[in-house]
Amino acid sequence: MINKQIAGTAEAVADVFDGATIMIGGFGEAGSPIELIHALIDQGATNLTVVNNNTGGGEVGLAALIKAGRVSKMICSFPRTANSTVFPKLYHSGATKLELVPQGTLAERIRAGGAGIPAFYTATSVGTPLEEGKERRTIDGRDYVLEYGLTGDFALIRGRMADRYGNVLYNKTARNFSPVMAMACKTTIVQVEDVVDGGELDPEAVVTPGIFVNRVVEQKNPAYESVLIADGVSYP
Amino acid sequence: MSNNQEAVGRTRDEMAERVALDIPDGSYVNLGIGIPELIAKYVPAGREFIYHTENGLLGMGPPPEEGGGEPELINAGKRRVTVVPGASYFHHADSFAMIRGGHLDLCVLGALQVAQNGDLANWSTGQPDAIPAVGGAMDLVAGVKQIFVVTQHCTKQGEPKLVEACTYPLTGLGVVNRVYTDLAVIEISERGFQLVELSPGVDFDYVQARTGAPLLAIE
Repeated sequence: MINKQIAGTAEAVADVFDGATIMIGGFGEAGSPIELIHALIDQGATNLTVVNNNTGGGEVGLAALIKAGRVSKMICSFPRTANSTVFPKLYHSGATKLELVPQGTLAERIRAGGAGIPAFYTATSVGTPLEEGKERRTIDGRDYVLEYGLTGDFALIRGRMADRYGNVLYNKTARNFSPVMAMACKTTIVQVEDVVDGGELDPEAVVTPGIFVNRVVEQKNPAYESVLIADGVSYP
Repeated sequence: MSNNQEAVGRTRDEMAERVALDIPDGSYVNLGIGIPELIAKYVPAGREFIYHTENGLLGMGPPPEEGGGEPELINAGKRRVTVVPGASYFHHADSFAMIRGGHLDLCVLGALQVAQNGDLANWSTGQPDAIPAVGGAMDLVAGVKQIFVVTQHCTKQGEPKLVEACTYPLTGLGVVNRVYTDLAVIEISERGFQLVELSPGVDFDYVQARTGAPLLAIE
């Protein structure tokens, strides 16, 4: 019988290894899998490459992972956020490297990686500093740059609900990068507020089909970054 | 809030209201942060615009009441928003397929500089110690059908923002269609900055003196 449900977050991230590439869902705090990230901090894996649109806020979730010195490289589109204080220090000291990718190119690189497409051409960044070092090609009279697909070892994702097959539904704009990250990683780990019985999710409404998901963890009452920051929490 | 050295020309709200007049009924629109956001307050009577926010929502409504809303219903500026009837949620690759695939009608953005050939610089001042951050700006200018810029005509230091050639790092090449400032509405034409309209109480010489490239008079 297929049952992808795992008892807890610690068990779900137990096999993350040093040097792994980890895609973490979320745009700002919407969709940020805070409990899975905290379990990863406890687990101890280091020298990680992390793919996320931002670099976290305050000293919780992704920002706490970076502060703990576990992230050697960030791949993201917008590392500056109003309450992002951890990344700037490590960036300026050279401890954490940055690969800056336009947001749409980032999403498409992940989608392509998950779809078995090694590279694609896009008009985004033509003639800008972010085109430097990339191959350019003219197609039907317009210039495009070559961008490579992106894959990862683990995806950490937050959904609204899932079933034992790994079918996932999201909450509003918390969906953001998660469906494409689920496609692009060897092991996709999803935390959801509710694991429902198999067959309960309407197949017409499933957003991420279970084939892209390996582990499901039920996490009731998940934390929100803004609430933790307002409460002055610094993890661990 | 005004960046003007003199109290002439349009206010931020009047600039937003002026842009809204030029948006056709039924347009799918992406609004940048700052003055562009104000446009949603000035939809002309009888028109309906659908707002796209690139983090994954079509049909974005106004902000919730102070202290309301929810943490997982936000816009690209990470502020809480609402949804209107007919809205839809989608993932990032679909959201940027709307942008890069040319499905959105209009994007209204702020600018550091606009060149007379339509080059736009709006993501970085190029300072060596600054952490670079681009977000979706390069995708928007490369893919959306029309790009309007709404900005003060000059910087706080009085330097022209409309220039012969951008000195800041570029966001896109030849991408801007129109510029709306406190002083004028200007079209990017094949011959350069073509004046479309002067703000009330402003004359041609006043605008030309504050523009870093030749301004073509209305014929």
